[in-house]
Amino acid sequence: MGFFDKIFRHLARSEPWGVHPDERKRPASEAPIRRLPVPPLLYLPLSQHVGAAAEPIVRIGQKVLKGECLATATGNISAPVHAPTSGEIVAIGPITAPHPSGLEMTAITLRSDMEDRWAPLDGLADPLAHSPQELARRVAAAGIVGLGGATFPASVKLGLGHRSRIRTLILNGSECEPYLSCDDRLMRERAAGIVRGAVLMRHATGAREVRIGIEDNKPEAIAAMRAAADGHADVHVCVVPARYPMGSDRQLIIELTGIEVPAESRAADVGVLVHNVGTAFAIHQAIDLGRPLVSRVMTLNGEALAQPGNYEVPIGTLVDDLLAFAGGVRFEPARLVMGGPMMGLVLPSAKVPVVKGCSGILALSAAEVARDEPDACIRCGSCTRACPVGLLPLEMNARIANGALDAAVALGLHDCIGCGCCAWVCPARIPLVQAFNHAKGELAAHDRDKKRTDATRRMAEARAERLEREAHEKAAAAARRAAERKAQKAREAAASAASNSEGAPA
Amino acid sequence: MLVAVSSLTVLGAVLGVLLGFASRRFHVEGNPVVAEVETMMPGSNCGQCGFPGCAGAAAAIVGGEAPATCCPPGGKALAQSIAAKLGLEIDLSTVADAGPQLAVVTEDICIGCCRCIKVCPTDAILGGAKQIHAVLREACTGCGNCVDRCPTEAIGLKPVPITLQHWVWPNPARA
Repeated sequence: MGFFDKIFRHLARSEPWGVHPDERKRPASEAPIRRLPVPPLLYLPLSQHVGAAAEPIVRIGQKVLKGECLATATGNISAPVHAPTSGEIVAIGPITAPHPSGLEMTAITLRSDMEDRWAPLDGLADPLAHSPQELARRVAAAGIVGLGGATFPASVKLGLGHRSRIRTLILNGSECEPYLSCDDRLMRERAAGIVRGAVLMRHATGAREVRIGIEDNKPEAIAAMRAAADGHADVHVCVVPARYPMGSDRQLIIELTGIEVPAESRAADVGVLVHNVGTAFAIHQAIDLGRPLVSRVMTLNGEALAQPGNYEVPIGTLVDDLLAFAGGVRFEPARLVMGGPMMGLVLPSAKVPVVKGCSGILALSAAEVARDEPDACIRCGSCTRACPVGLLPLEMNARIANGALDAAVALGLHDCIGCGCCAWVCPARIPLVQAFNHAKGELAAHDRDKKRTDATRRMAEARAERLEREAHEKAAAAARRAAERKAQKAREAAASAASNSEGAPA
Repeated sequence: MLVAVSSLTVLGAVLGVLLGFASRRFHVEGNPVVAEVETMMPGSNCGQCGFPGCAGAAAAIVGGEAPATCCPPGGKALAQSIAAKLGLEIDLSTVADAGPQLAVVTEDICIGCCRCIKVCPTDAILGGAKQIHAVLREACTGCGNCVDRCPTEAIGLKPVPITLQHWVWPNPARA
């Protein structure tokens, strides 16, 4: 970035986008990561990622070892599921999903044998000597998805390097959501593994350099990562200002490279790839040690918790078991949230499993979730200043309230990243981002309906064609039979005539 | 014989030319709006509206003989889009939109008579004579033609279950 660019950006952005809510990361961020003992039962949803659900390859009653594949990926965008511990498969069926709707999803239930025995692991001794395709294949086989919360299969993103040239690989260690500190702890304690993962990813994507973005409110993590990156000439640790949503890939790309990703295109189109630091660590584990993704670090936080902190949790552990291990709750939480307070999902109950994309469980008190009734919009424009992508949330909300979804799309609804800054700053407490999420869902439903109508029309046409063809074939067959009957009659007549003529001379 | 053949041939040729000329000369331009509305309809020609197929229903709606809400499989969504297209005011409360529906075969009482298969506008029902029938979920439009044809009442309509993939955030309460 040139000098004048910097000056221009400084002048142009007198008021920065985004918001800065009270962080509340301490004291959870100060305690070292604790390992959760294996719970008696684990529930492993088949769809913990963006894309097609995995297909089970185990039977009920089958004994499995830790790290064994239980369900394989189906299609191009999908990820397999592995056993987080050794034990026996006891059920494959619907469970309550860790989702605000409280709907069901299919999961494999594993009863632990409490031995926690690993299956034989197959790590690569010298991965940098292998081809990028081989590394991407191993990342896919390890079931690694974006651990920042997007849960997009990591191997698909690594494979993008061959289609669009990747110049810069960005590791996202900004962790801008309040309350969460799992990436912070991971960077402080396992910095070497993260940098190793970054080097492997750089090899897999063919990127020239790696930039690790960390917010300036994590000085210990910055120091640890700088120490680990020392000696790698092309791995830079970059400090970014602490501001929400710095962890959104588009915002971090602007901050670190000065490139703005255009609407309706991806980061890879401008030669940048963003991965979470947790994903980098998981890739190091998968390639160097051969360990699939069976556990992850997550933050337990909120006023209702007795011992907030960071825990390494086997995937599929019930939130109930997790809270019990972490010293239980001091009082009944007013709300359970999976993920951060800004973009996390409200859980329907504590009887749901944690999944690969879960960066934290928040047990919030009534005071923490307090929210007054919304008032009328006073058109103060706070939301337009806060919006990190430069939209007009108040105008879009007015359109959506009137059911004019197309008008909201024209104002850029599809560019909304759903960060929630608008609703957070709104002095009238209008549920802005909630309205946008609703509208996006409605638009997706309309699209599905339209596709369905087209498919119905094709099927109806195919049927009409079939009926016509069948009528045709029927007529042809009838004509053929009639002709055969005629020929038969003619033959019979000829035969009888012949026998008559033979008999006559005698 | 020859006279008869030649006179009929000449007659046929003359009348054919006359008809061809008439079809060009007295051609009536179809309403393009009808064609546009027809493309919006489900296209399964199920006949629940009481008109001969979706083309008939589209013509009736454009001609003002039928309300925009007359298509049960299209539901509220279709009624809204047709009303927007034609600039009509409609009363959506009269639309009996039970949401998307799906035909389901009760396998215990299906006798495998194949009658439902013959009336399905999208070939969504599978089965053979004296074999239990099954409905292809993706192909069924929930038009209900099969329900009346079943002699044992083994086939019925059920609402399509909401899955995580189809779930939509509720509209937040407003001031």
